Amino acid sequence: MSMTITEKILAAHAGRDRVSPGDLIEAKVDVALANDVTAPLALKVFGEIGVKKVFDADRVVLVADHFVPNKDIASAEQVKLVREFARRQGLRNYFEGGESGIEHVILPEKGLVLPGQLIIGADSHTCTYGALGAFSTGVGSTDLGAVMATGEIWLKVPPTILLRYEGSLQPYVGGKDLILHTIGLLGVEGALYCAMEFTGGVISRLPMYQRFTMSNMAIEAGGKNGIIEPDETTLAYVAERTSLKPDIFRSDPDAQYEKVVNINVDGIEPQVAFPHLPSNVRPVSEVGNIPIDQVVIGSCTNGRLEDLRDAARILKGRKISPSLRLIIMPGSPLIYKLAMREGILEAFLDAGAVIGPPCCGPCLGGHMGVLASGERAVATTNRNFVGRMGHPKSEVYLANPFVAAASAVLGRVGGPDDM
Amino acid sequence: MICNEVNFSKMEKMMIQGRIWKFGDDVDTDVIIPARYLNVSAKDELAKNCFADIRPDFAGGVLVGDILVAGNNFGCGSSREHAPLAIKAAGIRVIIAKSFARIFYRNAFNIGLPLLESAEASTGLSDGEDAIIDLAAGRIEGNGRVFQARPIPDFMAKLIDAGGLVDYIRKVKIGK
Repeated sequence: MSMTITEKILAAHAGRDRVSPGDLIEAKVDVALANDVTAPLALKVFGEIGVKKVFDADRVVLVADHFVPNKDIASAEQVKLVREFARRQGLRNYFEGGESGIEHVILPEKGLVLPGQLIIGADSHTCTYGALGAFSTGVGSTDLGAVMATGEIWLKVPPTILLRYEGSLQPYVGGKDLILHTIGLLGVEGALYCAMEFTGGVISRLPMYQRFTMSNMAIEAGGKNGIIEPDETTLAYVAERTSLKPDIFRSDPDAQYEKVVNINVDGIEPQVAFPHLPSNVRPVSEVGNIPIDQVVIGSCTNGRLEDLRDAARILKGRKISPSLRLIIMPGSPLIYKLAMREGILEAFLDAGAVIGPPCCGPCLGGHMGVLASGERAVATTNRNFVGRMGHPKSEVYLANPFVAAASAVLGRVGGPDDM
Repeated sequence: MICNEVNFSKMEKMMIQGRIWKFGDDVDTDVIIPARYLNVSAKDELAKNCFADIRPDFAGGVLVGDILVAGNNFGCGSSREHAPLAIKAAGIRVIIAKSFARIFYRNAFNIGLPLLESAEASTGLSDGEDAIIDLAAGRIEGNGRVFQARPIPDFMAKLIDAGGLVDYIRKVKIGK
């Protein structure tokens, strides 16, 4: 019987020949991940379960990335708790300070997540690693604490929605626009409890960084995971980062799908998601005149080196509008260094940007770029809910790095063609 | 009879009676507990700021045994377990919605906050009124009507009978 890539990975980790949508399985976990916000609760649960050691000290990854560098005393205490646990347990993969960056940027960058793996993270954007051809999904802290103790998780096998993208991408259109367009099409609960599988000629030509952006936002359509079959692009990316051999799974040609959605990308412009839902998308040519106070470029969605290069293409030799702040957060120390070496950071500074450390900071209204009442921001992040980046009366417009950079120059929401 | 503390091993006997707090569609975990309050994990601290931005009267007005009613996709967005913890610690004993976001659904059952799915009850119940809920039967009585929720799935009921995920793991997986 035929299976999708999601079903094959789940079956392999449950020790079964096959699984079908709706099956409840107990699956072995390859990587368990938590951050400085979700780990403290997970460690409490781990303690209550009563085992002494985590199931595998090399497979538990803890990243301090949300409220670091510690924004206040309470945050510092949370990170201290996580750091001390990591030391006691002898975790090889605890990241903080100059070793740390945004979790979903650094795990692939360090070769810690691979195609074919089953990855569970106490962070909703854990679905990012689906871009590598892994089954990867977010859970809460109790689930994660249980995984840390047992190395297993119960899962319901999801039905899969196949999203097939064909045609030619317009200039300044990429993974961010494809996923925003898709969320607009499906709605924020259009893929609730479902696997999303991205395929088609457009995806096979899409570079890795844009695939990460697409898988990253599967959760914004309610998806359990957002997966892309590994191909030469994937394998080249992985081979540069680890000597471990990945397990390659692919969907059978006659695999059963809940739904197949064919998307012709020819007419897709850069997309902007208006407040207060990621599904509230419009083409950039139809946004009207919306003055803005801040632009943020970074996050687990668009904080990779190539994202910064895209932004630099627009910002190099230009000045941002004096009416706003531009905040740029490289996703990892390595990206920071390479961007510096390429002169990208200098171009940003010359344009008038503030460059922050690699962390989640402003995306969730944590620190380093919180919005005041009535302020509007264009951000390359993933969520524009009420109060997401600060005051409940502030507004967030989601877009790709080209649009974010152009908006910073224009002082209003707009694309490179408006400059 | 008002149930003050959820005891899942006795779910079959559990009745909940309280005031309804009604919300709309796509209530995300950022508005349930804004990220600026996530620098602590203590549930009573979280409860004080539950719905702080969109419903400032909630945390001060909610009583133990109250009922939250919402539309589609309740609990979407961030995986923060602080969201169901804050709701439960504030006093809410059951959430009724048309549908729940996946991670929130797991988190709520894992920490012992039961959820019921009923589109009819979600539409038919009104804010500020009282309702009575028979959890095991999925029977919801309010606004002079009776609604029937979808039954809680077997596996979730098993988790509940074990006393939540932590006790399930202790009893079933590591035999303590």
